[in-house]
Amino acid sequence: MSTIHVSVTVNGERREADVEPRLLLVHLLRDTFGLTGTHIGCDSSNCGACTVHVDGMSAKSCTMLAVQVDGREVRTIEGMADGAALHPLQQAFWDQHGLQCGFCTPGMIMQAAWLLEQNAAPSEGEIREGIAGNLCRCTGYVNIVKAIQQAADTLRAVDAPAEPATAG
Amino acid sequence: MTDVQVRTTTTLEVGGMGHSVKRKEDPRFIRGKGEYIDDLNLPGQLWMDIVRSPYAHAKILGIDASEALKIPGVLAVVTGADLEKAGLHWMPTLAGDKQMVLPTHTVMYQAQEVAAVVATDRYIAADGVAAVLVDYEPLPVIVDPKKALEPGAQVLRPDRGPEKANNHIWHWESGDRAAAEAALAKADVRVAEDIYIPRIHVASIETCGCIADWDAVNGHLTLHMTSQAPHAIRTVLALVSGLPEHKIRVKTHDIGGGFGGKVPVYPGYVLAVVASLTTGKPVKWIEDRSENLQADSFARDYHIHAELGATKEGRITSLKVKTIADHGYTDAAADPSKFPAGLFNVITGSYDFPDAFVEVDGVYTNKPPGGVAYRCSFRVTEAVHAIERMVDILAHEIGKDPAQLRMENFIQPEQFPYKTPTGWEYDSGNYPVALRKAMDMIGYEDLRREQAEKRARGELMGIGISSFTEIVGAGPSHTFDILGIKMFDSCEIRVHPTGKVMARIGVQTQGQGHETTFAQIIAEELGFPVADIAIEYGDTDTAPYGLGTYASRSTPVAGAATAIAARKIRDKARLLAAHLLEANPDDLEWGSGAFSVKGSPDKKKTIQEIAFAAYTNHPQGMEAGLEAVDYYDPPNLTFPFGSYICVVDIDRGTGQVKVRRFVAVDDCGNIINPMIVDGQIHGGLTMGFAPALYEEIAYDELGNNLNGTFMDYLLPTAVETPAWETGKTITPSPHHPIGAKGVGESATVGAPPAIANAVVDALWHLGVRNIDIPMTPQKVWRILNEKGVAL
Repeated sequence: MSTIHVSVTVNGERREADVEPRLLLVHLLRDTFGLTGTHIGCDSSNCGACTVHVDGMSAKSCTMLAVQVDGREVRTIEGMADGAALHPLQQAFWDQHGLQCGFCTPGMIMQAAWLLEQNAAPSEGEIREGIAGNLCRCTGYVNIVKAIQQAADTLRAVDAPAEPATAG
Repeated sequence: MTDVQVRTTTTLEVGGMGHSVKRKEDPRFIRGKGEYIDDLNLPGQLWMDIVRSPYAHAKILGIDASEALKIPGVLAVVTGADLEKAGLHWMPTLAGDKQMVLPTHTVMYQAQEVAAVVATDRYIAADGVAAVLVDYEPLPVIVDPKKALEPGAQVLRPDRGPEKANNHIWHWESGDRAAAEAALAKADVRVAEDIYIPRIHVASIETCGCIADWDAVNGHLTLHMTSQAPHAIRTVLALVSGLPEHKIRVKTHDIGGGFGGKVPVYPGYVLAVVASLTTGKPVKWIEDRSENLQADSFARDYHIHAELGATKEGRITSLKVKTIADHGYTDAAADPSKFPAGLFNVITGSYDFPDAFVEVDGVYTNKPPGGVAYRCSFRVTEAVHAIERMVDILAHEIGKDPAQLRMENFIQPEQFPYKTPTGWEYDSGNYPVALRKAMDMIGYEDLRREQAEKRARGELMGIGISSFTEIVGAGPSHTFDILGIKMFDSCEIRVHPTGKVMARIGVQTQGQGHETTFAQIIAEELGFPVADIAIEYGDTDTAPYGLGTYASRSTPVAGAATAIAARKIRDKARLLAAHLLEANPDDLEWGSGAFSVKGSPDKKKTIQEIAFAAYTNHPQGMEAGLEAVDYYDPPNLTFPFGSYICVVDIDRGTGQVKVRRFVAVDDCGNIINPMIVDGQIHGGLTMGFAPALYEEIAYDELGNNLNGTFMDYLLPTAVETPAWETGKTITPSPHHPIGAKGVGESATVGAPPAIANAVVDALWHLGVRNIDIPMTPQKVWRILNEKGVAL
């Protein structure tokens, strides 16, 4: 089968591949680039385990073709931590017991990151709506919601101008 | 949250029992560095994909693989005829029935495996599957187990021989039929109901898969797989394949949810092994979601008829239950061998009455095999649903508040250990306190007043209770085995010279957090900090033999083994400390991770100093080293319990049920990690909520699966799922070494009847006695319409 050349920036790094036109983005990431943190749970865009960012937009990589990301930027769970420093969402999922088996977690974190970029201070209802495309079978979502709330607080504190130090 | 104080005896840094220690496994998962089966690829690996039947029942007239084999990269197409030559076309099920690996003549359910395609790549294997031509002759289909039992019904399993020329698999009963019937005949009040608990699917977000890796040079097979019970799989493989058991290694890696669906041996695993044996290369097989929903083992599918007798005041006197269990075309349930209907006879629940009789008949139909778990493998969910529905119907029938009726019928705290009329001995419990606590948390009396006001205005609001008793921790070897293997479990602990610990367990986490909680048990017993303890599992070459994780048995059985193994180490540590302190062992006392001389607390040796001495300065005549293993055979099961209260509002325009509040008070005995226990309850509640309102694997009359994708099989999202409110009581198990009982499946067992009771409670005044789950908007709206209240 003929192949098409794809050039894509993944987690800030330029990656090249010759792929079949039918290759799914999730398989490009997992099988071609070895980034197995992005998972496959349903093949029908329902579960969100495969959620990544494409040019800053949340996208389900099981229903995108690899050729569609040619010339674009993709961010996966492997691109969230800054070296040893966890992203506030990763830290919050750990702190709040927002994961159990961990299989939905990368997609859930990527979706939550996009949600918080859209809405820095979401209500519980907005968080629940915001992750409605990501299924978790283990946690009952309670602690995932708490984790996203914690991360929202952390991210807002980072973004807020530092308060002047006061004596005493 | 309303909680009792969880007791701790260690510092947070040590992290023994009762501390909400953050999970040790999480750093890899939050970074996307978990290693699930499809993340693993071996050098030279091939891919396998499976041709599946579009028919629920059909003769195979021919399989033409010629077009598939022309595709570059397709290496082989394996059929039932190929397997028959090696005698591998049938395999035993865990229930002692037999199951086709591939059919030689007839397919028995839709999506059954028909052939396997081996190729160099995932996509090419799928191309090969599409190119295999199978010629079928459709046969009549039986989807209704009641029709399967009718005289003259087509016999689905002629392989059982002429003496079993019917579709009846087994009959199982428990209790005293004559006494239960006599008590029913004398009862002032009798309520009877048909309750169907439909077929559902665990649908863990990770599907099943494996890599079979045959090393022809060394005659060694490694099977990397998604299994909740790797040792049992190894033994079954040895028995089926004839390979020596020491030349088989089963390794599990991280598992993306199990809930019971990863206990059985599926044909795909066996086919991958055959493909690797044939090609001499590693062969990977990963299910897609539709294969998972259509062909993997299901749960439930119980047709229950229950009758409850009581005095006119509402004191229960008798229960009689007759049930038909639809097992599909073979009985592949993962129940202990003496319990074909699992522990269904725990159906007398939390109530004290003298007479009960329960019988179950297993039946074949043209559906996938199973009868395994959906976060409860041993039919406890079915039992709890039946008794909690019946108790609620009784309460409504005689006009008594359902909470009051429960209080008046509960087994009382002083009656434990309590022998049930079906033979179980409940270890401990305090049911009135749990229910009262749930009532206080939710404001029960206020809600009843609100309901009365709303009903007067024509609004539909319901309050439902479930006061369940669980039965977990299988199990004592005199009664419990699977394929003859006793249901003990195990732990091996090795303390290294520098005071770091490696422990291996026979159970298998799928998200429960064993790397953390089992370390906490050891921290509690030995005083090593959790950070210094590594827990290993899921590699049959290194872990001690165990029966695996399902049916909430990890803490009750392997958790006990862990505590006992640690105590064996502490016993030896006492002798070492006595040697180091030049004291009599009997003069030493244990506390805060050290042995000290009684009355001289300064004369002490920490467990770390003792560990070093075990390798550097042990006394003459004592074995060097500090390690122990324990195979724990529990003396009894454990009986967690709880009381749940659910408030629903029903939309008269759409029939939609909205769970407004849900309070869950659970008692799982002593608690290892409160954070993890809460997480287990949240997840369990959601897996109780799901089948109550959304999930069902349904079939049409031709045996077509109507729920084969996540577009049709509705897992709850964060939007529908209630914000669970949890509370605890703590009643330790008197026979468990750390007083724990297990918690994983409690909430899945307890939640569905609370929701069903709430919906029926909202509609009882309209003449509604029962609604089978899932209570979908369509189903509820039809009832509202019939009763003339739909908007």
